[in-house]
Amino acid sequence: MTRAQRADHLRAGPVALVAAGGAAGTALRAAIGLVVHPVGGFPLAIFGINLVGAFVLGLLLQALTARGPDTGRRRTLRLLVGTGVLGGFTTYSALSSDSAVLLTSGGVALALAYGLATVLLGAVASWGGIALGAAVGSPEGRDRMPVDSDSSGDPQ
Amino acid sequence: MTPLLFVAVAAAGGVGAALRFVVDGVVRARIRSSYPVGVTIINVTGSFLLGLLTGLALAQLVSEQWLLVLGTGLLGGYTTFSTASFETVRLLQLRRPGAALANGLGMLAASVAVATLGLWLGTLAG
Repeated sequence: MTRAQRADHLRAGPVALVAAGGAAGTALRAAIGLVVHPVGGFPLAIFGINLVGAFVLGLLLQALTARGPDTGRRRTLRLLVGTGVLGGFTTYSALSSDSAVLLTSGGVALALAYGLATVLLGAVASWGGIALGAAVGSPEGRDRMPVDSDSSGDPQ
Repeated sequence: MTPLLFVAVAAAGGVGAALRFVVDGVVRARIRSSYPVGVTIINVTGSFLLGLLTGLALAQLVSEQWLLVLGTGLLGGYTTFSTASFETVRLLQLRRPGAALANGLGMLAASVAVATLGLWLGTLAG
């Protein structure tokens, strides 16, 4: 497996996977932004997107880890769906920029509530996703999953 | 939003995500730490840039279309919340509450501070 000598972020394939997933995740975020509007200045779309994305990423990463080493198809899924789709779907710059706009336009309480609720409920959502991922991805039996060619060198 | 603009936003998001992947990889290769330094750098720099871009748009120096492509698309795809939140929980699981607090609330405070600075600089330019 000579191509593993170069790190993923320096190889065209993995970078393309992340880019494709990131474009899909961004499209989904933009589409939701078109139909879900702020309520009383509260950025409801990004708030919901970030919480859902945090939950699904926790679920995905924990389920993948429980199913085996980060190689082959699991690695492809992690890069495409985790780093790409969910990374592009969720966003931090809109959270901080919207908070900054609220702060400077007199909505200090709303800005604080928005930021703190996102970070605190986001951690709860991540934790919930991880817990669910651990429950559905119990290690017993998963090790005997068909192993694809990329991970043939791993002790299973 | 026209279909073409929507496609441009999505494509810019793909570029932003790829950029995040490369920057995080480069930082990881240089700084070996269990603290997510790469995601922190990405989110703080992206927050400053979106604040600046929003300020420039408010000052009507940047059009609504460019704000969508560069802001919602490029910087939206570059920065991420899901990984930041996942790392906060991972730090808690590693029994590093101080690091988890820094990664959670510290990143929020730093990002909002630099976004406010960017917003101010952007509107100042108008």
